[in-house]
Amino acid sequence: MSWAWFHRFGSAPYFYRVAGRLTPWFAWPAGILIAIGLYGALVVAPPDYQQSETVRIMYVHVPTAWLSLMTYSWMAVAAAVGLIWRIKVAHAVAAACAPAGATFTAVALASGMIWGQPTWGTWWAWEPRVIFELVLLLFFLGYLGLRGAIDDPTRADRTSAVLAIVGIVNVPIIHYSVEWWNTLHQPASILKSGGPSMPWVMLWPLLVMWLGFTCYFFVIMLTRARAEVLRRERGGSWVRNLLSQDGVAGSA
Amino acid sequence: MTPLPSTFSAAARVLRRDLTLAVRRAGDWLQPVAFFVIVLLLFPLALDPEPARLRLLAPAALWIAVLLSSVLATDFLFREDGRDGTLELFAVSGQSFAGLLFAKTAAHWLLTGLPLALVSPLAALSFGAPAAALPGVLAAVLLGSLSLSLLGAVGAGLTLGLRRAGALLSLLVLPLAIPTLIFGARATALAIGGEDASAALYLLGALAVFGLTLAPLAAAAAVRISLE
Amino acid sequence: MPDLSIQHLHVWRGERHVLRDLSLVLPAGQALQLLWANGVGKTSLLRTLAGFLHAEAGEVRWDGRGLRDDGSTWHRDIAWLGHELALKGDLTPLENLAFAVGLRRRVTTPTLAAALTGAGLHPAFHGEATRHLSAGQQRRVALARLALWDARLWLLDEPASNLDAAGQRFVAEVVAAHLRGGGSAIIATHQPLALEGVPHRLSTSVADLA
Repeated sequence: MSWAWFHRFGSAPYFYRVAGRLTPWFAWPAGILIAIGLYGALVVAPPDYQQSETVRIMYVHVPTAWLSLMTYSWMAVAAAVGLIWRIKVAHAVAAACAPAGATFTAVALASGMIWGQPTWGTWWAWEPRVIFELVLLLFFLGYLGLRGAIDDPTRADRTSAVLAIVGIVNVPIIHYSVEWWNTLHQPASILKSGGPSMPWVMLWPLLVMWLGFTCYFFVIMLTRARAEVLRRERGGSWVRNLLSQDGVAGSA
Repeated sequence: MTPLPSTFSAAARVLRRDLTLAVRRAGDWLQPVAFFVIVLLLFPLALDPEPARLRLLAPAALWIAVLLSSVLATDFLFREDGRDGTLELFAVSGQSFAGLLFAKTAAHWLLTGLPLALVSPLAALSFGAPAAALPGVLAAVLLGSLSLSLLGAVGAGLTLGLRRAGALLSLLVLPLAIPTLIFGARATALAIGGEDASAALYLLGALAVFGLTLAPLAAAAAVRISLE
Repeated sequence: MPDLSIQHLHVWRGERHVLRDLSLVLPAGQALQLLWANGVGKTSLLRTLAGFLHAEAGEVRWDGRGLRDDGSTWHRDIAWLGHELALKGDLTPLENLAFAVGLRRRVTTPTLAAALTGAGLHPAFHGEATRHLSAGQQRRVALARLALWDARLWLLDEPASNLDAAGQRFVAEVVAAHLRGGGSAIIATHQPLALEGVPHRLSTSVADLA
């Protein structure tokens, strides 16, 4: 019975409808949580005794860094589902995740740089986390590059799915090897976020922002996936019905 | 119907064929080694070749040259066979597709990875490494080149037949090669410094074993998709 | 003797629904020549039967084996000849055959030489690099490989292209000999092969098969 659900969910119009209905359930919490988190980050939390106001960039940097990894994981899982069970919608989800993931990674890197400059006097530090984000960005760019280089859409979907799976398998290995490299060269990391333990007044905005950004990720993922599904199925009758229902004139 | 020859004998047959073909076109196979030498040459020219600094630089220069030469070499792992229909022949032969592709990867390593590994002690010497370091350098590059060939096979499978295959191949394979680079450079640095490099070598070996179990499957999956 | 049975086959290439609800039965000892126009799906059908292309729906059965079951047993009885001949220019015809046939079965050099001679390749050429042979000669080598491949179902995609009249007759003879031995063949071709004395069907459009 769950198999039937699985395949139904894979059907494009069903996915489009369900994803559309789920989106507000993530959008409202995202907006509210981020608003609360921002208030906590910018107003309530005290300036760090070392980093003063610039520590507040952490409230954007940490969630986006987390999101970049989460996006890649989702992308790899969706790609695997599409590859193994040949469900086209899963490939659309994976394709939708990639540009968003690249953006999150770029924002994480940029916010990291903004945080680093006034705090430690350097725009860039070859720290494990920075390197990891950079590698993740390269993974996303590689995925997008591979997709772009293949003309046949089915081959593009399936080949990039193999790449995404290879990537996700290698992520822990790369993370471990870079950490290992770091212990050889820099016993004390300079990028410790907030010190040994964060006081609750600084921690709760971070958690709220993290939760809010996660909801935001789902909003982005669902919306982009729906758009991707529409684009792929634009020749289908259900799409034409949808457009005529919405009052868009024309004989598609 | 006569029974199918074993996977092993079929793989051995592919290996032998690829080596025979390479012997008949020997010029092709010198290119990765030549490229290796060129990249190495660029390092001292780009800085002041003061002996102590060169010795410090040796692991980095050596491994960057190995990585770039490997990626260059992998470009043509499957290309010819993809173009002339041999990969299709493999796919309908009834033999294990991953096994036959692995045999090709093994032949490719013998023709590119192994020569690089054998030249690397000389390269290390030219950067001021002591003679006692050479076995460690050889071991490190030998193990590292295995992982690089396996990763290269995956990259070659993913980019088979694409227009901009070369540049894309580098973008896909080099990030995946980072662990190999880190452990390999570390092993080389320890060897040159006269210290015990076994921990780093074990890690290199572990990467090679991990690659051996998964890379052929990923490469076979990617190539099959390109045949569709 | 096994028949090939295809039921309600659906195949997509990207977004194109190339094969719609295709069904056919090919009895043993018979050949089916597909004379369809370009782009209608004859290569897609052959590639699906060869296991390269995935069929979204439908059943294909041969000798009790299903196409969607374990892929490796399906290929036990299939021979494929596509647009590319899978011959290495740097190897001799003998070496090319020894390699390819050797993947399928044990075979001796005299057998290979006899097959090449039987395919119309003069012994003087057996030891030449294959790239020195003409296109027609190379195709004869590929057809010799086909005969030695030891498979009852042949899937041939334009086997007689680039061949002169004598070459076309040769291909027809090879296929006919195969059919007389109990084998079957599906052939995509622009010009029908003159298969005399053996049962064969010609299909000029997909609708023919219904």
